[in-house]
Amino acid sequence: MDNILSIVTFIPAVAAGILALFLHGEDVAAQRNAKWVALVATTVTFLVSIGIYTGFDPSNTGFQMVEEGEWLLGLKYKMGVDGISVLFVLLTTFIMPLTILASWNVTERVKEYMIAFLLLETLMLGVFMALDLVLFYLFFEAGLIPMFLIIGIWGGANRIYASFKFFLYTFLGSVLMLVAMVAMYSDAGTTDIEALMSHQFSSEGFSILGVYVVGGMQTLMFLAFFASFAVKMPMWPVHTWLPDAHVQAPTAGSVVLAAILLKMGGYGFLRFSLPMFPIGSAVMTDVVLWMSAIAVVYTSLVALVQEDMKKLIAYSSVAHMGFVTMGIFAANQQGIDGAIFQMLSHGFISAALFLCVGVIYDRMHTREIEAYGGLVIRMPAYALVFMLFTMANVGLPGTSGFVGEFLTLMGAFQVNTWVTAVAATGVIFSAAYALWLYRRVVFGDLIKESLKAMTDMSSRERLIFAPLIVMTILLGVYPSLVTDVIGNSTAALISNYDTALAAAEAVTQTAASH
Amino acid sequence: MIQADLTVILPEIVLALYAMVALVGAVYTSKDGLASALVWTTAGLMALLAIWIAANGDGTNVAFNGMFVDDGFARFAKVAILLSAAAVLVMSQEYMARRDLLRFEYPLLIALAAVGMMMMVSAGDLMSLYMGLELQSLSLYVVAALRRDSAKSTEAGLKYFVLGALSSGLLLYGASLIYGFTGTTLFSGIIQTVHHGDVSIGLLFGLIFLISGLAFKVSAVPFHMWTPDVYEGSPTPITAFFATAPKVAAMALFARVLHDAFGGVVKDWQQVIVLLSVLSMLLGAVAAIGQRDIKRLMAFSSIAHMGYALIGLAAGTEMGIKAMLMYLAIYVTMNIGTFAFILMMERDGKPVTDIDALRQYSRHEPGKALAVLILMFSLAGVPPMLGFFAKFGVWQAGVDAGLTGLVIVSAIASVIGAFYYLRIVFYMYFGDENEDPIETHSSPVLWVALMGSAALMLVGIFYQFGIEGAAAAAAATLVN
Repeated sequence: MDNILSIVTFIPAVAAGILALFLHGEDVAAQRNAKWVALVATTVTFLVSIGIYTGFDPSNTGFQMVEEGEWLLGLKYKMGVDGISVLFVLLTTFIMPLTILASWNVTERVKEYMIAFLLLETLMLGVFMALDLVLFYLFFEAGLIPMFLIIGIWGGANRIYASFKFFLYTFLGSVLMLVAMVAMYSDAGTTDIEALMSHQFSSEGFSILGVYVVGGMQTLMFLAFFASFAVKMPMWPVHTWLPDAHVQAPTAGSVVLAAILLKMGGYGFLRFSLPMFPIGSAVMTDVVLWMSAIAVVYTSLVALVQEDMKKLIAYSSVAHMGFVTMGIFAANQQGIDGAIFQMLSHGFISAALFLCVGVIYDRMHTREIEAYGGLVIRMPAYALVFMLFTMANVGLPGTSGFVGEFLTLMGAFQVNTWVTAVAATGVIFSAAYALWLYRRVVFGDLIKESLKAMTDMSSRERLIFAPLIVMTILLGVYPSLVTDVIGNSTAALISNYDTALAAAEAVTQTAASH
Repeated sequence: MIQADLTVILPEIVLALYAMVALVGAVYTSKDGLASALVWTTAGLMALLAIWIAANGDGTNVAFNGMFVDDGFARFAKVAILLSAAAVLVMSQEYMARRDLLRFEYPLLIALAAVGMMMMVSAGDLMSLYMGLELQSLSLYVVAALRRDSAKSTEAGLKYFVLGALSSGLLLYGASLIYGFTGTTLFSGIIQTVHHGDVSIGLLFGLIFLISGLAFKVSAVPFHMWTPDVYEGSPTPITAFFATAPKVAAMALFARVLHDAFGGVVKDWQQVIVLLSVLSMLLGAVAAIGQRDIKRLMAFSSIAHMGYALIGLAAGTEMGIKAMLMYLAIYVTMNIGTFAFILMMERDGKPVTDIDALRQYSRHEPGKALAVLILMFSLAGVPPMLGFFAKFGVWQAGVDAGLTGLVIVSAIASVIGAFYYLRIVFYMYFGDENEDPIETHSSPVLWVALMGSAALMLVGIFYQFGIEGAAAAAAATLVN
């Protein structure tokens, strides 16, 4: 199959089109059909995407399965995957059927709901595969529309505030990135990501309004991209949209947001910032590392005092993303491998945690931690699953969470010991808030009347968790499954990065010696 | 000799003659009884002329010693003007008939306005520029006040007329200064003086006055004050017309004057256009936030959109003109769809313009709500809709011309502006249940206009019907 990437990307969109055109009515049968179409489409997408994985050659560091075609305004339709993106593609196709299953109890506007999720999948897959700057932007930005609707239509009480905040926050970051993209196009004359990676953007410093910009154009472009990716990650201090969005979004929306959408920021850093603006990145490294360390500690502390379970997990996501940015900007093999690993592992763990909240929310319709307690008595299977993912979130060895945190800390240690020391305390805090949450919800006496009729997980719910449990443990005990795939690509990325820096260093030194 | 000249302006002559003959004919026959038929024939004739112009024209033809220029740029603008005018006419027929507004003068005044606009975009001389502009403006003053028994409509017409007269005065004053300091009113003569490098202070004054007059016509800030009131007061089909064809004509005229007459001194007018553009985008984005009336909202939206289109003009390059033309074409398409929807909005047969009335609209009319959603995101410039590519084009031209600051401001303005487009989506999809839902009366024409325009916003990503090539060719004939 020559165009497997396009096929995978557009299967969900086609399914969404079929739903939109051929499914009418809001009765029970129509709702069931909508759910089944969505489930089948996402499952098929996942099965086909396995073909990408098996056809992928990890020893090749270039882009593979590339498709190319003409498009408008001199732009190109170009798709491809490399070691950095291929696993994100699989993560997306893997998570989506689970989110559809998790939405089985939705009763309101089911058809539109499924269409929104299917379109969202297409757009997310497009982000990870696009090899044209503007095509990337198109997928990246268009994903806001379905997410805006998902939060706004199917969200909680304060959904309108959350959806507007989500949209405008991310939109502002993205348009600045778009301006930088336009500038890149005008400088390099192409929007082909492969070509741009080998293009040298000027790094000669200049002054704007009396402020001297070290690293010149590269730093400015880095900052413009940073505005977008930092919001998307989200990094402290621009993370404030995330807790709102998570709390208000329906369970499946939270899962997609945490498991996949947040990864776009990290992916963006690896795809654009480091390879295209190495000098700009180097200039900003210390700032980003400290921002990451602050994010880890600050958001962990904030998570400690949350009363809403989803908010707590949302803050914990921000903290975990802090490890990711720290690993990326450590810019060495352990750091970047760890960052990618952490993103994938967080994809499984955070998805599972939000699903865990969803399970009891469906029964009690509240996310207040206060409202629970002693669930282990009525729900032993649930307690076990929740325990596993709480531990994985804390980074217990044997779960995938440990590998990511360990590698990123190890990578960052070689670059900046202080940052690593500060961030490492975050591991302790994360244990504190996660275990405390677990204790308050699951342990204790079952004294609340309302909880006494709770039923344990249904077989559908068990089915959703099973793959996530397998992946979390599998990656925890056998991390090479990931690192073997990404290793060569990240090594190539790092060697290019170092070469560019060394070249710039040489230029500065010759300039200084004259 | 005269025959050759007449051949060049044949489309204008045909349309003008038609308008006059039809006017006389209708007066002596059944008057308003003919109105519906006249709307359809006028629209049909306009569409035919558009096809004729698009198919026939090649090269640059000059008539009347350079006063009238028929080149690729003019043809592109004329096709856009004629097609959008025809579309709006067709859309308005049923609305006006049901509200007893359909007078036979209406289609003919629109036809005369179209002649004026075609003159404007082909002007090669300050005199023909003014003639075209006035023919257009006078026709529009009258149609703005078409609803004679409504205070708001007559107020709109009067306001438009008084402020329009003021702007014409500014423009004429500028033209007289330019004539005084260059000794000619011909663009080709002016540009020669300019090329010699002696741009005297008097000529600059003339240029500024001229730009002010034109800025009024494109409703760029700070010459925008008339726009919200006129948009709100005029009958909705007239508003739809104001928001489309005259905007294309005025922007095209703007580009023609600045490039044909002052192409050598881009630096002298660039800063003025940049200022107009920045103010328009920011004001259009911020002022619309408080609007509850969708027509006023669209007025501010059009101010903001003109600001974005002005980026292309400010670039002062061929790429900029191409981007501007594409922007206008896409903008007009989006607006036709949006106004088709506004024309549908009613309750008990009365037009409704309060956006609050749209609450939970998607439950009642999912198909139309989806189309409006697409149009709103397109107006906001969110990919993958075509509106995004319009913005991308002008930004590209702006950055290429070194106007990065302007582009950054416009990026920020587009985020602020996104808010009010999103709010319409919010009302339609997540607002509280409306006790008194609006009906949307949809005639087949309106339905086709709404759905077609929304579909184009998506189809446009894959296929643009050759607009890009046409715009590039048009830009190449203007900038050389």
